[in-house]
Amino acid sequence: MGPYQRGLVLAVALLLLPGAALIFPASAQEARSGYFYASPETQALQDDPFANPGSLWLEEGRARWQRIEGAAGKSCASCHGDNGTELIEASAAYPKFNKRLGRPITLSQQINQCRVRHMGAAALAPDSEALMSIELLLRQRAAGRPMQVSVDGPMRPFYERGKALYFQRRGQFNMACYQCHDQRPGEFVRGERLSQGQINNFPAYLIRWGTVGSAHRRFQLCDRQARAEPFQIGSPEYVALEVYVAHRARGLAVEAPAVRP
Amino acid sequence: MLNWLIIMVLLLGFASSAQSETVAPYGIVADAIPKPLTRNPGDAIRGRGLAAGRRANCLGCHRMPIPEQPFHGTAGPRLDGVGSRYTAGQLRLRLVDPTLINEDTLMPPFHKVGGLHRVAPAYRGKAILSAQEIEDVIAYLLTLKDE
Ligand code: HEC
Ligand code: HEC
Repeated sequence: MGPYQRGLVLAVALLLLPGAALIFPASAQEARSGYFYASPETQALQDDPFANPGSLWLEEGRARWQRIEGAAGKSCASCHGDNGTELIEASAAYPKFNKRLGRPITLSQQINQCRVRHMGAAALAPDSEALMSIELLLRQRAAGRPMQVSVDGPMRPFYERGKALYFQRRGQFNMACYQCHDQRPGEFVRGERLSQGQINNFPAYLIRWGTVGSAHRRFQLCDRQARAEPFQIGSPEYVALEVYVAHRARGLAVEAPAVRP
Repeated sequence: MLNWLIIMVLLLGFASSAQSETVAPYGIVADAIPKPLTRNPGDAIRGRGLAAGRRANCLGCHRMPIPEQPFHGTAGPRLDGVGSRYTAGQLRLRLVDPTLINEDTLMPPFHKVGGLHRVAPAYRGKAILSAQEIEDVIAYLLTLKDE
């Protein structure tokens, strides 16, 4: 190839570049909340604070925030103030590395750490109404803030493990997360419209559950759809998966209380 | 050479059927499994029922001429006319294990038990469809001709 041809190839390539940008707009890859893909009815239910069922959990969460429980005679408010203002940033940053345990923990697990270690109270059961109501309240206070999980330093291996799980095919149906949520958002599986599978909105009220549940419970549902044996809520596998999926959602606004089908 | 390939696949087929009785042995020629998996011919009416049902769930991802079902998925291509595009043997390979055609496919392997991860206990060691059911679905797909 002579210099003239090389120049021509370069010129053609430069001409094609903006064209390519038109065919594959960056927005196609842009992180979008599941809200964007939800039906207008579901969106309306979320947008109306009087109709949004999550409001009931928030009310319960506010009561629990002030309730003294456990041997130390403390409530959440005793340590974090009436509004927990200093937790707003933190609530958008979970799962977060816990130095004492040497691994990341979820916001649910952090709430239980506080109960056991600082309040002398019993841990709340995974995905229980009590735990979800406190967690939803924290997330609601952080609503609108960008998701900002760290994957640096000691978080890195957990991020890598979660990423591997996101791309691993599982179950009799032999399906991986990315195949539905990276490759096909907007398409339908039967009557359900696929979203990007983001977790900026968890814990979320799912109409099919009739209750508020965690991202891990949603992961279980997706694994079951692939006829895979799901991991446990709070398991190292799902915490790692959450680290990857939360980082994938970085910059998306925290959404709470969210409603999904 | 091709004969050797066929024998290899037959052996592999037997190896996995030793773990479970549910997978029939088969031989691959080019992009097809030319020989039926069973002696009984497929039944197109049963095949249509399977395609619409929840177990095979073809409608979960494909639009098909099954108007009485309200929700058809769009995660895979439309199957109208698919019987004009493929032979029975090509359809058989695409149903038995579509990853042999496209490594990255979303479509489940309908007649396979080995090489899968974390299959839920209720489904472990079982193929999604039996050999006869694969033949039934193929018989149905072959009725989907372009006008
Ligand atoms: C067969 C396709 C399929 C696979 C594979 C799959 N999902 Fe989903 N997922 C869905 C459907 C359908 C929904 C409900 C509609 C939606 O929000 O996408 C959903 C919803 C979700 C949501 C809720 C999004 C929201 O806005 O509330 C998350 C999070 C999620 N999936 C994560 C995952 C992860 C992680 C994996 C792998 C363990 C996975 N999914 C595998 C089909 C799938
Ligand atoms: C979870 C999604 C999913 C399910 C369930 C599914 N398929 Fe598919 N199918 C696909 C996708 C995606 C393709 C596109 C080709 C590829 O990805 O390899 C495809 C391709 C095909 C093709 C080739 C079509 C063409 O025009 O090339 C046939 C035939 C087919 N599927 C039949 C079926 C039948 C019959 C069933 C049920 C027994 C079924 N599929 C279930 C996702 C699915």
